[in-house]
Amino acid sequence: MSQNLNAGDVCLKVEKFNAWYDQFHALKDINMDIRKNKVTAMIGPSGCGKSTLIRCFNRMNDFIPTFRQTGKILFEGNDLSDRFIDPVEVRIKVGMVFQKQNPFPKSIADNVTYGPKIMGVRQKSRLDAIVEESLRNAALWDEVKDKLKSSALSLSGGQQQRLCIARALAMQPDVLLLDEPCSALDPIATSKIEELIIQLKEKYTILIVTHNMQQAARVSDHTAYLYLGELIEYDETTKIFTAPAQKATEDYITGRMG
Amino acid sequence: MIINSSSVQIRKIKENTVQAILFGCAIFSVFVTAGIIGVLSFETFEFFREVSIIEFFTDTQWTPLFTQKHFGIAPLLCGTFLTSAIALIVAAPLGILTSVYLSEYASPRVRRVIKPILEILAGVPTVIYGYFALLFVTPLLQKVLPDLPGFNALSPGIVMGIMILPIISSLSEDAMYAVPQSLRNAAYALGSSKLQVSFKVVIPSAFSGITASFILAISRAIGETMLVAIAAGQMPNLTLNPMESVMTMTTFIVQVSLGDTQTGTIEYKTIFAVGTMLFLLTFGLNIIGHKLRKRFREVYA
Repeated sequence: MSQNLNAGDVCLKVEKFNAWYDQFHALKDINMDIRKNKVTAMIGPSGCGKSTLIRCFNRMNDFIPTFRQTGKILFEGNDLSDRFIDPVEVRIKVGMVFQKQNPFPKSIADNVTYGPKIMGVRQKSRLDAIVEESLRNAALWDEVKDKLKSSALSLSGGQQQRLCIARALAMQPDVLLLDEPCSALDPIATSKIEELIIQLKEKYTILIVTHNMQQAARVSDHTAYLYLGELIEYDETTKIFTAPAQKATEDYITGRMG
Repeated sequence: MIINSSSVQIRKIKENTVQAILFGCAIFSVFVTAGIIGVLSFETFEFFREVSIIEFFTDTQWTPLFTQKHFGIAPLLCGTFLTSAIALIVAAPLGILTSVYLSEYASPRVRRVIKPILEILAGVPTVIYGYFALLFVTPLLQKVLPDLPGFNALSPGIVMGIMILPIISSLSEDAMYAVPQSLRNAAYALGSSKLQVSFKVVIPSAFSGITASFILAISRAIGETMLVAIAAGQMPNLTLNPMESVMTMTTFIVQVSLGDTQTGTIEYKTIFAVGTMLFLLTFGLNIIGHKLRKRFREVYA
C-alpha cells in the first residue's frame, strides 16, 4: 500500500487497528496517518467499514454492545481507543456531524450553545459571541441572524445540517468527523456544505465519509479506499482519482464495482 | 366453475347482518354516553332553576343537606384540587425519575420486569388504597405530625400519588422512548454525559408527552372517589391546608347517593350539578392531554 503523504503534520495516527461486531471482522489491520488541516475522504462500497472507522475516532461505537476493537488511534500522544480514556473527553476534541441532520427541537441559538453550556459557559455575552462565530463559520449566520430564537426545526434540511456543523464547531474541536453529511440533501444544499468543508480545513482536521465519488474528488486532499474492512489504498486524492496504484481502487472509482 | 347465485345471496345477507350487529355494538356506547350527558344536563338545568349560578360559584359554604342551605361549590373544588395537587407533587418527580430510569438507564431485561410491576399498581382496587391511607399512612404520618386528624387531605393525597404514579411513569416513558436516537447521538457527540443527555435532551424533547401524562394523571386524581371518600373525611372545608379534613366533589356524590335523599328534591339535584362540574373538568383535561400526546407524536412522526 502506497503512502506518499509526507506533507503536513500527523493529527491522528491509526495503528494496527481491528474491529469486530460479534464475530464479524469489520476493520482489518488498518494503518493510516491523518494529516492536520486536511480533508481526508473515506470511500468504498456499503459495508466496507468506513463508517465504523470514522466512529472510532470519537468513540461512538461504545454504544454498540457487541463492538470490540484492538490497536491504537493516537491523538496528541494519547490512544483515543484506550478504554481508560473518558469518551466524553474524546468527543469534546473530536466533533461529529451525522448522516441525517439532527438538530435538537430547541431554538437555533440553543442548538449552538448546547455544547458550551454543558461545558459550563454561563455568561450571556460569551454565549452570544459563540452563536455568532459558530454560525458564521458554518456559513449560516446571514440566513438566520434575525431568527435565532425560532425553532431549529423550521429551517430547511440543508440549513439544519449547517446548523449541526455550527453546533459541532461551537465546541471548538480539533477534528471534525462528517459521516455522509450530504446524503439527505439536494444538490444546492450539498454544494454549500462542500464549499464550507473547504473553508473549514484551515482551522480543523476533517474526515468525511461519502458515497459520492465526485464529492470526495471535489473536497478532499487525501482519499482512503476501503473494501471489506481493509484499507486498500490511501493516497492524495488527485493520485487516487487519476492514477490509482491498485486495480481494485480503479475498478471502484470507474464504476466497474460497487 | 358455475357460480351458484343463491349461495352468493346467502353470503351477502350474512355479511350485512354481521355488519349491522357490529355497528349496533359500536353505536351502543355512543348512545349510552349521550344518554348520560343528557341526564346530567337535564338535572343540572333543573338545579340551576332553583339555585343561582352566581351563588353556586361564589358562595363559600356547601351545606345542601342542612336546614340552612348553602350551595357554594368552592369548598368541594378546593378539596378536590388539594388532594389532587398533593398527589401530583408526589407522583410527578417520582414518575419522571422512574421513566428516565426505564427509558435511558435500565437494560431491556430490567425494563421488561419493572414496567409490568408498575402497571399492576394501576390495577389495585382503589378501595384498598383508601384503607391503606386511612389505617396505615395516616397513623404513620401522625407519628411525625401529632396534630394530624384521622381524616385529612395529606394522607389520601400521598396515596393517590402512588396510585397515579404508573400513569405518569408509563406515559412519560413512552414519550421519552420515542425521542429519536439521533438526538441522543448528537448530544453524546457534543461531549454529554448520560445524565446530561437524559435531562437536557430527552426530557425537553419529550416535554409535551410528559405534560400530557401529568394532565391525564390529574384527571384521574380528580375523578378518584373511593380513596378520598374513605380517608379524606366528609367535611366541606374551604381550605388549602393539607392537615385538615376535606370533602371532594366525588365524596359528596357518594355521601348523597348513599343517604336517603328523595328523587326530585334539591339535595338530589345537587348530585347532578356537582357531577356535571366533575365531568367538565375531567373531560376538558382529557382533551388537552390527548391533544398534547398527539402533537408529540406528530413532531417525531
